[in-house]
Amino acid sequence: MSDSKKTHPVPEGLPAVQMQGVHKWYGEFHVLKNINLDVDRGERIVICGPSGSGKSTMIRCINRLEEHQKGHIIVDGTELTSDVKNIEIIRREVGMVFQHFNLFPHLTVLENCTLAPIWVRKMPKAEAEETAMHFLEKVRIPEQAQKYPGQLSGGQQQRVAIARSLCMSPRIMLFDEPTSALDPEMIKEVLDTMIELAETGMTMLCVTHEMGFAKTVANRVVFMDGGEIIETNDPHQFFDNPQHERTQLFLSQILQH
Amino acid sequence: MAETATVYEPGTHPDLPPPATEVGVIGWLRQNLFSNWWNSLLTVVGLYLAWAAFAPLIQWAILDADWVGDTRDACSSGGACWVFVNVRINQFMYGFYPLEEQWRVNLTGIIFALSLAWLMVPRIPGKRYGALFVLIVFPIIAYYLLGGGSFGLPEVETTRWGGLMLTLILATAGIVAAFPLGILLALGRRSQMPIVRALSIAYIELWRGVPLITVLFMSSVMLPLFLPEGVYFDKLLRALIGIFMFQAAYIAEVVRGGLQAIPKGQYEAADALGLSYWKKMRLVILPQALKLVIPGIVNTFNELFKDTTLVLIIGLMDLLAIIKTSLEDPNWLGYSIEGYVFAGVVFWIFCFGMSRYSMAIERKLHTGHKR
Repeated sequence: MSDSKKTHPVPEGLPAVQMQGVHKWYGEFHVLKNINLDVDRGERIVICGPSGSGKSTMIRCINRLEEHQKGHIIVDGTELTSDVKNIEIIRREVGMVFQHFNLFPHLTVLENCTLAPIWVRKMPKAEAEETAMHFLEKVRIPEQAQKYPGQLSGGQQQRVAIARSLCMSPRIMLFDEPTSALDPEMIKEVLDTMIELAETGMTMLCVTHEMGFAKTVANRVVFMDGGEIIETNDPHQFFDNPQHERTQLFLSQILQH
Repeated sequence: MAETATVYEPGTHPDLPPPATEVGVIGWLRQNLFSNWWNSLLTVVGLYLAWAAFAPLIQWAILDADWVGDTRDACSSGGACWVFVNVRINQFMYGFYPLEEQWRVNLTGIIFALSLAWLMVPRIPGKRYGALFVLIVFPIIAYYLLGGGSFGLPEVETTRWGGLMLTLILATAGIVAAFPLGILLALGRRSQMPIVRALSIAYIELWRGVPLITVLFMSSVMLPLFLPEGVYFDKLLRALIGIFMFQAAYIAEVVRGGLQAIPKGQYEAADALGLSYWKKMRLVILPQALKLVIPGIVNTFNELFKDTTLVLIIGLMDLLAIIKTSLEDPNWLGYSIEGYVFAGVVFWIFCFGMSRYSMAIERKLHTGHKR
C-alpha cells in the first residue's frame, strides 16, 4: 500500500484482530455467542453461513458499527471499548465495503475517495486526489472519477467503494456481502478486484456466499450458524471434508446448483 | 389518402420523422388541450373563466387606473387609485426614518443585495468568505449604519423604523438566525444523548405549541416584567428574538424530516471511514438531508416572511401596519383595496423570488442518483 502517513503504529507480533469470548444481544435475542477468533496479519478469512447466523454482525463488531456486550475485541493492539478515541483510531485503520455500496450520492466518485483522507487523515487535497486516482486505476475505473455514483452500474459502484476504503490505507479490510446486491454479470469484476487486493497481502475478512472466491483466496473459512462459530478450517478441508453436520448440510444446500 | 407503404429490407430501416399530428404546436395542443371532446370542453370553459376573472381586474388595476397626482382629486376615472400609493411610497418603504438619513437604509440594502449575489451566483468565488460576511460582518455593519449614534451618524431610534425596510429586517434576521439553530435542534432531537434529546424535544414542542402572536405579545409585554429594573431591551430586538426562537422550532422539524430520509448505510459508511460525528453530519448527512427538504425550508421561510406582519399587534410599523395606518388618513379614506393590493404584490414578489431561487438550487443539486 502507499505510504500511510499519520497512521497508528503497527504493534509487532500481535494478531490483526483478536476476538475473545464475544457475546452480543439485540434486546433479548442472543445474536453472537462466545465468538473466539484470531486473525493474523495478511490472513484472508471468508465467513459463511445461513442468513441470520450473525456473520455480518460479527464483522460489524470489528469496527464498532455494532457494539458487543461481553468479551474483548482487540484490533491492531487497541481494544474496542466505549472510548470514542479508540473507536476512531480503529476505524481509520479498518476499511469496510458494504452490500449496498453506500457511496455518498452527493459527491463525485473522486470526492467520495478523497473525503476521508482529507478530513480524517488531514492529507493535502492534491495528494488525496493523487492517491484516489491511483486506487481508481487499481480498480480499473479512473475514467469515471468525475461522475456521480448514481451514473455508475452496481459493479462500478462497488469497485469505487473498494477504492474509497483503500484510500485511507487501511491495514484490515472488511467485506460485508460485497456481491450480494449485484447483477450476475457484475459479480466477477468485483471479485477480480478483491482477488487482486488479496494478492497485495491485505488482511481481509469477507462475509460472502461466493464459494469459488473462498476456495481461491481464503486462508481459512469460518462457518457460522445460530450466532456461533461452528467450524473453522482451511478451504480444502472445509469444502471436501466438512467436520460438522451443520456444515455438511449447509454445503449440500448451496452446492446443489 | 392512401398510405404509401414502403417496404425495407431487414436491417436497413431508416429513422422516419413522427407523424405531423404528434409533434410541434399542433401535437402539443392535441395531446394536452383537445385530446377528446370532454377535455376540449374543459379547455374552453377554463379559458372563459380565466378571462372572466382577469379581464375586470386588468381593467381596474391598469387600464382604468390613475397613476399620477398629489391628492385624491387626481383619481376620477373609476379605476384603481395608485396615486395613493405613489404619494405614500416613501413611508411604505422606510416608515418614519428621517428623509435625509434614508441613504443609510439604501446603502445597507445595496450591501446586502451584493453579498446575497456573492452567495447565490455560482460564478463568483469565495462562498465561504461570503457566508462569513453575511452572517457576521454584515449584521454589524447594518446595526451601526441603520441605528447610528456613532461614527458621526445621528441616531435613528428603532421606533422610527418601518415599512418594507422593517419587514425585510425582521424576515432576513429571522431566517439567518433561525436556520443554524433549527439544524442544531434537529440534530439534538435525533441525538443518542438523552439529555440533549429531551431538551431539544422540549424546546421544539414548546415553541411549536404556541401561536406566533402569543410569542410576540409575550416578548413585548411580559418579558420586561421579568427583567430587572433598568435593563432595557429594544422592542424590535425583542420581537426579533421571539420570531427567531419560534421559527427555529419549525426549521428543526423540517430538517429532521430530511435527516430521517437518509439511509442508515450513509451514516455507517461515514462512520466506517473514521469521520467524527460533526464531520459526518457536515460533510455527508446534512448536504443530502438539506437538499431533500429545500421545498420545506423555503415554505417555512415564506411563512416567516409573511408572518412578520403580525408585529403590528405590538406596535411595530412593518409594511402592512403602515399601509393600514395610512388608510385612516382622512384625506385618503376609501382606498383600502389599493393599499392591500399593493402590499399583496410586494409580498408576492419576494415570496415568488424565494421559490424560484429554491427551484434553481434544487435543479443544480440534483446529481442524478438513484439511492
